[in-house]
Amino acid sequence: METTQPTPLCLVSPSTTPSGGDSGDAPSGSSNPCKLCTPLGACIAFKGVAGCVPLLHGSQGCSTYIRRYCISHYREPIDIASSNFSEDSAVFGGRRNLHLSIDNITRQYRPALVGIATTCLSETMGENVPMMLAEYRAEERSLPEEGEAPELVHVSTPSFKGTHVDGFHATVRSLVNTFAGKTEAHPAGVVAPVALFPGMVSPADLRHLRTVFGLWGVPVSILPDYSETLDGPSWADYERLPAGGTTLDEIRGMAWAPGAVEFGCVLAGESKTAGAILAERFAVRHHRLGLPIGLRETDRFFGVVEAISGREVPELFERERGRLVDSYVDGHKYLAGRRAVVYGESDLVAALAIFLAETGVTPVLCASGERNGRLEPAILAAAPELAGKIQVLEGSDFTDISEGIASLAPDLLIGSSKGHKLARELGIPLVRCGFPIHDRIGAQRIQHLCYAGSQQLYDRIANALLERKQDGSEVGYSYL
Amino acid sequence: MSDFPTNSAVDPCDAEGFPRSNAPLPDPAATREEMLKLYPPKTRKKREKQLLVNDPVTPPEIGANTRTVPGIISQRGCTYAGCRGVVIGPIHDILHITHGPVGCGYYSWLTRRNLGRPRDDQPVNYLQYCMSTDMMEEEIIFGGEKKLAAAIREAYRIFKPKAIAVYATCPVGLIGDDIHTVCRQAKEELGINVFGFSCEGYKGVSQSAGHHIANNGVFKHMVGLLDEPDPEPFRINVLGEYNIGGDAWEIDTLLKKCGIHVTATLSGDISYEQICKCHTSDLNVVMCHRSINYMAEMMEVKFGIPWIKVNFIGAEQSAKSLRKIAKYFGDQRLLDRVEEVIAQETSALRPVLEDVKSRCKGKTAAMFVGGSRAHHYQHLFKDIGMLTVAAGYEFAHRDDYEGRRVLPTIKVDADSRNIEELDVEADPTRFSPRKSPEQIAALAEGGFSFKDYEGMMTEMRKSTLVIDDISHHEIEKLIEIYKPDIIGSGIKDKFVIEKFGVPCKQLHSYDYGGPYAAFTGAANFYLEVDRMINTKVWKLVTPSWKKDPKLRENFGVGIDSAGNKAIRDTVAGMAKAWKPRKTGPTDAEG
Repeated sequence: METTQPTPLCLVSPSTTPSGGDSGDAPSGSSNPCKLCTPLGACIAFKGVAGCVPLLHGSQGCSTYIRRYCISHYREPIDIASSNFSEDSAVFGGRRNLHLSIDNITRQYRPALVGIATTCLSETMGENVPMMLAEYRAEERSLPEEGEAPELVHVSTPSFKGTHVDGFHATVRSLVNTFAGKTEAHPAGVVAPVALFPGMVSPADLRHLRTVFGLWGVPVSILPDYSETLDGPSWADYERLPAGGTTLDEIRGMAWAPGAVEFGCVLAGESKTAGAILAERFAVRHHRLGLPIGLRETDRFFGVVEAISGREVPELFERERGRLVDSYVDGHKYLAGRRAVVYGESDLVAALAIFLAETGVTPVLCASGERNGRLEPAILAAAPELAGKIQVLEGSDFTDISEGIASLAPDLLIGSSKGHKLARELGIPLVRCGFPIHDRIGAQRIQHLCYAGSQQLYDRIANALLERKQDGSEVGYSYL
Repeated sequence: MSDFPTNSAVDPCDAEGFPRSNAPLPDPAATREEMLKLYPPKTRKKREKQLLVNDPVTPPEIGANTRTVPGIISQRGCTYAGCRGVVIGPIHDILHITHGPVGCGYYSWLTRRNLGRPRDDQPVNYLQYCMSTDMMEEEIIFGGEKKLAAAIREAYRIFKPKAIAVYATCPVGLIGDDIHTVCRQAKEELGINVFGFSCEGYKGVSQSAGHHIANNGVFKHMVGLLDEPDPEPFRINVLGEYNIGGDAWEIDTLLKKCGIHVTATLSGDISYEQICKCHTSDLNVVMCHRSINYMAEMMEVKFGIPWIKVNFIGAEQSAKSLRKIAKYFGDQRLLDRVEEVIAQETSALRPVLEDVKSRCKGKTAAMFVGGSRAHHYQHLFKDIGMLTVAAGYEFAHRDDYEGRRVLPTIKVDADSRNIEELDVEADPTRFSPRKSPEQIAALAEGGFSFKDYEGMMTEMRKSTLVIDDISHHEIEKLIEIYKPDIIGSGIKDKFVIEKFGVPCKQLHSYDYGGPYAAFTGAANFYLEVDRMINTKVWKLVTPSWKKDPKLRENFGVGIDSAGNKAIRDTVAGMAKAWKPRKTGPTDAEG
């Protein structure tokens, strides 16, 4: 057993309890946070670009911690470089460190791209990274090996602003902003790929999206695509930079996409997203959708792809859809009227809530560590039947989530591994989704998206409830 | 005499007593050159000093504890990680508040497996909590002291802990928040112990700087606060043991069997009270020299408690350490009891050891971990007849490699100068030397030595490789040339190593297994290594249909080939002949 029995302490949120008169007005911090830091999201997104090495500009602990954390989720080698600030660089600036680290990465990896994300240290110092990169490009580099110098891209990711989700989207945006259109016009007569921005989904989800487009016969460029880099097979020969990822040419060519699709109904409230940039700069028709989980949202997604491509939804997917409806019928007896608590990345939380509503489960509490005021409207816009039935928390930590949760009488939790303590205290199952999942194997293979992914998710949720019922049964039913 | 006598006919050892490897070993100097030749001159010059061919008699000087070159992927952590994550994190009944943006607190939230369990008299366990001030832009600009003060108050109001520790992260140092003043004021206001650690990540070369800062803080703010010695005889503190996977519990159980009492384990499953009274103990035994030798030294100067190096990793080493502790106390009943326990433990362990050894002997291991583990775990491998062909630390200093005799010659660089050295003096009332000069002289005569860390290199075979702060590139070369049967490392390079087809044992978190300390833990380790080395999975990487050309030869070259025309024709004929059982109106024509 890892760490002990549930503590006898009552869980009260520092930020939501009435102050004792001495604690001031502002929330004083976070207890068991439900968000990670901004550069982590940047690193995951960069891992989805072919031949990219992420580089964190700051002290080495950030790259070590973030590697450590991502590796425990994906269970793959994840190299993230650091510009290794010392006390000197913290005082005098990290220009030299940044240049040296790009040199060394180039020598070791021959990468196509070095993705530079900042940390709270370099952001607090106010490091002008774009200028340093311009200087780097202007200088003559004395690299002994042949080969082209890597492309450099910068994204500002101070962790005192936003969460890992913001870091992820900022990186995708920066990649599109930097590279899209920097190529010759797409050859006439050849169908340009649809630009798809899936958000922070699992490698298995990305692979499934590729399969969907492949079977449909619609070319697609997915950014980022870490389906292979963060969930690779065992290798007969070691690859220093794992194969896979969106190529820079794909990103360049997105300017000619027949349409852009961006998942995330909370993200949709943001004006400057990768898809929006394509729309604004290259007049690409931009579609903002929720993550396609469940029937309604997947229907919308498939409808959009049908519209963009002019090709009908293949029958294969209709049958998958039919099976999902069929399983809703089979499982209704077990799911209807159940109450779930969902937490994590806001776009995932919203999509899960909308999906759960379809299945008869009420997502009584929907919580995210992000704070943008868009979570509740996003859920209710897609699932109006939930109005008045759910509680939505933004900027919340697990102390907030725990508060009063018993009175909601939830039947299950859906979210990351960090809800384990709470699930244990409540004696209810935890269905693991989102990031991080470090106490189970296969986080990278959890499927959520489209009809097939929703099916997986549906079965897992239903079975978690069945298992609990069976295990708790006094009479020992084997046929429930 | 060894407690596990080896049968030299069955278990061949070399003249120095090291296991012989089954395959001849590659040339270490050539391997070293192969690793270095990729580097540009400046990087090469630096790495040359950290990449050595071992000589156990006169270890060459190693360039340890120097900064990692930017852009070289290292496994090292930061000062904050060493302080909050390693040394102080395991104290389970004080609240740990990370002052900074959310990441650092989150990443140190239960990630090290320093287990703790509440006891009847101490039901509190805060290890499951992650408290962060979650600094926002506003605090970065206008200062975060107010928010920190509010967080301390709120935390106190909710949890009523005995003490609160505050840890500074990178931006805190830059914006100049005075956490120590905030802590002092909170201490006065709340009437509990509140103290801060300036462990900003950019300080120092690695997590090692954080260990030092933590040692200083624990010594200044906790040790000596409670003058209540435990009533038991033969009291010791186990220093530098973090109870990863329950190691400290194994050591504790073993010592208890012998009648030795542990006042405090710094810091594994430990309470605030235990730390406050650990100065009442009679001996400090040091497991991880790197992370805690400062504490041992300071406690000796202030309170007169001597320290010795021990190692409870490995059966032979555990026996040796028990004997050393018993010899220190010099009590005949204790000495006898220790021999009894060793005899019991070894006879229980022997069947497992012999069984595993029969499959693992002659295999090779490499280890790149920690500040003492890369040394200690060599003994476990040696127990089962495996030779360590290369080893190195992540964050250790020269003394951990070459032994404490080099301490006077270690140059203090700018990074180390940043870390405060406490000026410690003998306590006017509580300093009491546990041994008289005569007793010490008598012990020395009997071959007993204090402060006796000889370093890893003196206990490694000649001509093995010693690599400090190994990079990915060097690991790749090592695997390519040495093909070790197993590598002990951490989660960050585990999957790199396993992609090469070499099993990797995590020696930071034990792959969520353990314990591996003492005799009972050793059995766990032997079995794990056996399971990992002798697994068949690596043989399955390439499918048989790719490996066996005969498959194709026997069946021609596919259904499209001329040779398979007969088959194709048959299939086509069958398809033609097939008719649906029920013919509907639309397909009546077939």
